[in-house]
Amino acid sequence: MSSEANGGYYVPHGSVWPIIGAVGLFVMLHGFGDFLNGSDEGSTVMLAGFAILLFMVFGWFRTVINESEAGTYNMQVDKSFRWGMSWFIFSEVMFFAAFFGALWYARVLSVPWLGGGDPGTNELLWKGWEATWPTNGPGNVGGAFTLLDPWKIPALNTLLLLSSGVTITFAHWALKKGNRGALVLWMMATVILGATFLGFQIHEYGEAYSEHHNLTLGSGIYGSTFFMLTGFHGLHVTLGTIMLTVITLRCAKGHFTADRHFGFEAVAWYWHFVDVVWLGLFIFVYLL
Amino acid sequence: MSTATTHDAHHEEHPKGLLRWVFTTNHKDIGTLYLIFALTMFFIGGAMAMVIRAELFQPGLQFVNPQFFNSMTTMHALIMVFGAVMPAFVGLANWLIPMMIGAPDMALPRMNNWSFWILPFAGTMLIGTLFMQGGAPAGGWTMYPPLVLQTGNAFPFLIFSVHLLGISSIMGAINIIVTIMNMRAPGMTMMKMPLFVWTWLITAYLLIAVMPVLAGAVTMLLTDRFFGTSFFNAAGGGDPVLFQHIFWFFGHPEVYIMILPAFGIVSAIIPTFARKRLFGYSSMVYATASIAFLSFLVWAHHMFTVGMPLTGELFFMYATMLIAVPTGVKVFNWVATMWKGSMTFETPMLFSIAFVMLFTIGGFSGLMMSMAPVDFQYHDTYFIVAHFHYVLVPGAVFAIFAAVYYWLPKWTGNMYDEKLGKLHFWLSTIFVNVLFFPQHFLGLAGMPRRIPDYSTQFAGFNEISSIGGFAFGLTQLLFLYILIKTVRGGSKATDQVWEGAEGLEWTLSSPPPYHSFTVAPEVK
Amino acid sequence: MFVSKIKRLLTAVVGFVLLFSVGGASADYVLNLRQGVTPISHDAYDLHMFVFKICVSIAVVVFGAMFISILKHRKSKGAVPAQFHESTTVEIIWTVVPFLILIAMAIPATKALVVAEKPGQPDLEIKVTGYQWKWGYEYLGENVSFISALSTPTAQIYNKQPKGPNYLLEVDHPLVVPVHKRVRMMITAGDVIHSWWVPDLGMKKDAIPGYINEMWFNIEKEGTYRGQCAELCGKDHGFMPIVVIAKNEADYRKWLAEQKSKKAADSASADRDWSMDELKMRGKKVFASNCAACHQASGMGVPGVFPALKGSSVATGPKIAHINTVLHGRPGTAMSAFAKQLNDIDLAAVITYERNAWGNNTGDLVQPSEIKAAR
Ligand code: HEA
Ligand code: HEA
Ligand code: HEC
Ligand code: CUA
Ligand SMILES: [Cu+2]
Repeated sequence: MSSEANGGYYVPHGSVWPIIGAVGLFVMLHGFGDFLNGSDEGSTVMLAGFAILLFMVFGWFRTVINESEAGTYNMQVDKSFRWGMSWFIFSEVMFFAAFFGALWYARVLSVPWLGGGDPGTNELLWKGWEATWPTNGPGNVGGAFTLLDPWKIPALNTLLLLSSGVTITFAHWALKKGNRGALVLWMMATVILGATFLGFQIHEYGEAYSEHHNLTLGSGIYGSTFFMLTGFHGLHVTLGTIMLTVITLRCAKGHFTADRHFGFEAVAWYWHFVDVVWLGLFIFVYLL
Repeated sequence: MSTATTHDAHHEEHPKGLLRWVFTTNHKDIGTLYLIFALTMFFIGGAMAMVIRAELFQPGLQFVNPQFFNSMTTMHALIMVFGAVMPAFVGLANWLIPMMIGAPDMALPRMNNWSFWILPFAGTMLIGTLFMQGGAPAGGWTMYPPLVLQTGNAFPFLIFSVHLLGISSIMGAINIIVTIMNMRAPGMTMMKMPLFVWTWLITAYLLIAVMPVLAGAVTMLLTDRFFGTSFFNAAGGGDPVLFQHIFWFFGHPEVYIMILPAFGIVSAIIPTFARKRLFGYSSMVYATASIAFLSFLVWAHHMFTVGMPLTGELFFMYATMLIAVPTGVKVFNWVATMWKGSMTFETPMLFSIAFVMLFTIGGFSGLMMSMAPVDFQYHDTYFIVAHFHYVLVPGAVFAIFAAVYYWLPKWTGNMYDEKLGKLHFWLSTIFVNVLFFPQHFLGLAGMPRRIPDYSTQFAGFNEISSIGGFAFGLTQLLFLYILIKTVRGGSKATDQVWEGAEGLEWTLSSPPPYHSFTVAPEVK
Repeated sequence: MFVSKIKRLLTAVVGFVLLFSVGGASADYVLNLRQGVTPISHDAYDLHMFVFKICVSIAVVVFGAMFISILKHRKSKGAVPAQFHESTTVEIIWTVVPFLILIAMAIPATKALVVAEKPGQPDLEIKVTGYQWKWGYEYLGENVSFISALSTPTAQIYNKQPKGPNYLLEVDHPLVVPVHKRVRMMITAGDVIHSWWVPDLGMKKDAIPGYINEMWFNIEKEGTYRGQCAELCGKDHGFMPIVVIAKNEADYRKWLAEQKSKKAADSASADRDWSMDELKMRGKKVFASNCAACHQASGMGVPGVFPALKGSSVATGPKIAHINTVLHGRPGTAMSAFAKQLNDIDLAAVITYERNAWGNNTGDLVQPSEIKAAR
């Protein structure tokens, strides 16, 4: 326990941002709900909510960055941020775990049961259907589809993300050495790798949805798990790339010092997390 | 008012006005907001329970139609679980943890405000579904597909309110973990922390581990309904039972989320009024951790009838039974703390003693249900309703009552009215048993849960249960009265408040200063 | 002094309970689990009593210790707090002893579970399908199948008539099985999850759409056994009872033969042309037991949940769209496919009825042969 624990711990007094964030979330989800229910105004309300949320994110982060630059955060506050970020990432891991769990359950349990592992089910309800993976189920939900070749774009994407993990580490070393030029360059490389990954991913989705593959979100359990896992991952890459961009700009501005750069590290952790999830995806969704 | 970006942790001024509550980053303000929100929700959820009990007072349909009845059951549970009990515990954590560990505030005060203020919006969204086309969700709080997919326009709002509640809980949990790990006063080692802090630390870990899983599960419901996925659709290769596995992977730890902080509260109160140190402090810590660990391995005891393979049933049966061991350790330690103490029986102590007894009764029925071959009979009957209300109402809710009576003098500086407090206790304890004890018999005799009407053989005990329910509900108006009375005035409380109380929070003035510990206390 | 307070309190509570038991004299006060009529249900009952007794004994010890200290170790009696607050020995004892007790419970539980789940050669197989809100039974290999729905009159439910002795636990077509035979139930559902439960048979199993769950029973005694759907399945979950009649082998055979001849008569008449009146008469009945739960006897539906059929564009538009809606349902909604639940005559009848009731005066006549063609 650090002895400067209390005296210097920065406690902000009042903030507008959280309530704006709460309102933004509410408006956005409300609009989304209305949209799903087929209301015409839904999407407008949703976008308005999203705008409020964006405004909040910018405002909140600006405040925090200013406070940080003004030197209000001591090492103990820094540590709080570290703990906070780590457990946030852990909660994200658990979110993905739910979808990986669903994939595992479908492959190991439900699909084999439907296909004859459970004699009653197969004989009385789905006679003649055999379990395979990938599958869109005995109901042929979404129509026949073909797979994407994992050794083309996905393998390339794996390479891209893995190298981005390396470039961000180089950036970190540069930061620790106080070499700002190299830092910014490595950061830019990381951002470009991330953006390229996203470009490829979008291209691949296009391929999948094309008539040739006919692999969609509606392609039974395979389509569901495939697109939900890669989709949520893609969303996280997008978020990560935006955060990386912001951090690159901050690096260029000279915001971080060799021994105090939590903002940088938080984003780097997040990026590694996104990386690891992709590895899991590549193995369990594409290869196995 | 704009964000204060100045470094003014030492200021002692109280912000004033309504906006103070909206922008506040103060752990006590936020704690108060949580507690008020929880109390409001308790009354709303309770009012829905009264609708349920009124309809079940006699056989036949009298007041509400079956669809609305199911909505009441569903909303009652969601509101009580996510709106009343969980926020109440977070409110207590906010008030107490910084004071107990000698910190100036929570570690991430702005995020603390956000965690709270998401709640009223989520609550509004949830309650708003009552007025939507097709009615409020009526598929049970467990939201099993495919039934829940038949919900009307309320469906996306049910999902999104669960998302919001989840975000709020996760942020609250992160804040609590960080506060406990990083803000302890010098000398406050982990094994010196009050048990309330310990139980909350472990609860917070449970929360961040399972709330995201629930978010994932309901997201799959959303996409199954609106975006053509087949997670829970056999024709597409999915399985409705998959949802149950994911839900209960969240759901079982969730029930311990609702009881571990209660264990912490009782572990604080019993030693105070027994005037004797808590027996077996370290074994209490280990027991709590074991319960939390085991809670991840038992989820399918809610699903013994879904057609699991035998090995699965055996595994979940054994793991569930094991939880009785660490829980037993806790119960025995409480009794050993009372043993050879010098006890007095103020309201918080009375509620704690009732907790120990009635929670144990609920635990025993839980243990009976953990035996799969008998659970085939108990499952989805009122026996289960009786079980979980015993652990939740005279369990979690009584612990919250006890905590409020125990710390209210510290928070407000005023003593509550002891006579009225005791009256509240006796009425609550008697009627909660009249309300829920007969439900054991109903379940054993074969009355299924979640039904608006029943065969005449169940009439007698339902009548008793309903009368107990109304009386228990009315008694809670007395609680409200006591609270308001104490907040508005009363005999002044001393700093120590209770003769036997120990812990850092009692070294502060009553009421405590706006920033709990601006100078870190030394803990020896 | 405190003792006398407790005594007074106890008297009050007991008095209170007695008061109610006398006050509600007309109702039963069943306290315990049923012993049932199958080996599994006896196992469950024995285990239940065994664990119950263990719990009561532990309660006596634990609460006993607590009450002794509440009575004796109180400040008002001048008790001085002892100083002990730790003992590894004691902690170990009260970890190990409960653990041993649990093992004692786990052994019989495991045995009972293994028996309950044991696969075995069945003497009779019945496929059970849960629908919102009725049960479909199909005797596999016997060509006998029927739908079993609640038969309690609505007037009783809405308190307009006195309630009968089997209020809410009576059906139009009970399930009939032979005694002393191993009956295997192959359980599934057509729409949402239901759960098939008759307490006296000692087992309940969920009916999951798209999957088959197995359970078995072997009834020891002739009689009528009643149960209910035990998984929330929507609006009328509380109105979806099960009645099982266990008969001796000979009576069971007789019943089965009757069912078969009824079925044969039905399929013979499916080929002839039916008159409007015949179809409307029959259709009204089919509607009442299959459709009215949602669309209401008035045809008005429940706004926002179940559409009105009175004036509906489907029920007054082209015949074929109407037939297809009823045959195949609307996937993803509560409107399920009735193709497998109802035969051609019933479907023709109910559709004809809908097209000519409540002012839907289309004058259209739908023949069973049209249904057959549309299947
Ligand atoms: C605070 C909430 C809470 C708590 C603490 C518990 C605690 C326990 N619960 Fe409960 N439970 C619920 C809330 C809770 N439950 C809810 C809400 C549901 C229903 C959900 C729904 O379907 O809607 C449920 C349902 C539920 C089921 C599913 C029943 C079914 O649907 O078929 C089961 C089955 O095993 C179960 C078991 C247990 C067990 C074994 C414990 C154990 O932790 C209890 C341990 C305690 C003791 C045993 C007493 C003290 C111990 C001793 C004195 C030691 C000596 C004892 C012995 C050796 C016997 N619970
Ligand atoms: C923490 C959680 C919690 C709490 C505190 C409660 C509290 C109560 N519950 Fe709840 N309950 C659940 C969690 C909880 N319940 C869950 C999870 C379910 C399962 C849902 C499902 O199946 O999906 C359930 C289901 C459930 C059922 C079964 C419904 C069914 O199966 O159809 C019943 C029936 O009696 C019931 C009754 C009560 C009553 C009478 C109270 C009382 O303790 C409430 C007392 C409080 C008040 C009454 C409010 C205060 C007073 C007023 C508002 C003044 C007005 C008073 C009068 C007019 C008398 N509950
Ligand atoms: C469990 C509830 C339920 C039952 C039982 C039920 N229906 Fe329906 N029905 C619905 C719902 C819900 C819809 C609306 C579906 C949609 O949204 O497209 C519907 C739609 C219809 C429609 C189309 C109406 C329109 O205007 O779109 C017809 C015709 C119909 N049902 C006939 C029947 C018949 C005939 C039966 C009995 C044999 C029956 N239904 C039983 C729930 C039910
Ligand atoms: Cu069918 Cu409940
Ligand atoms: Cu559980």
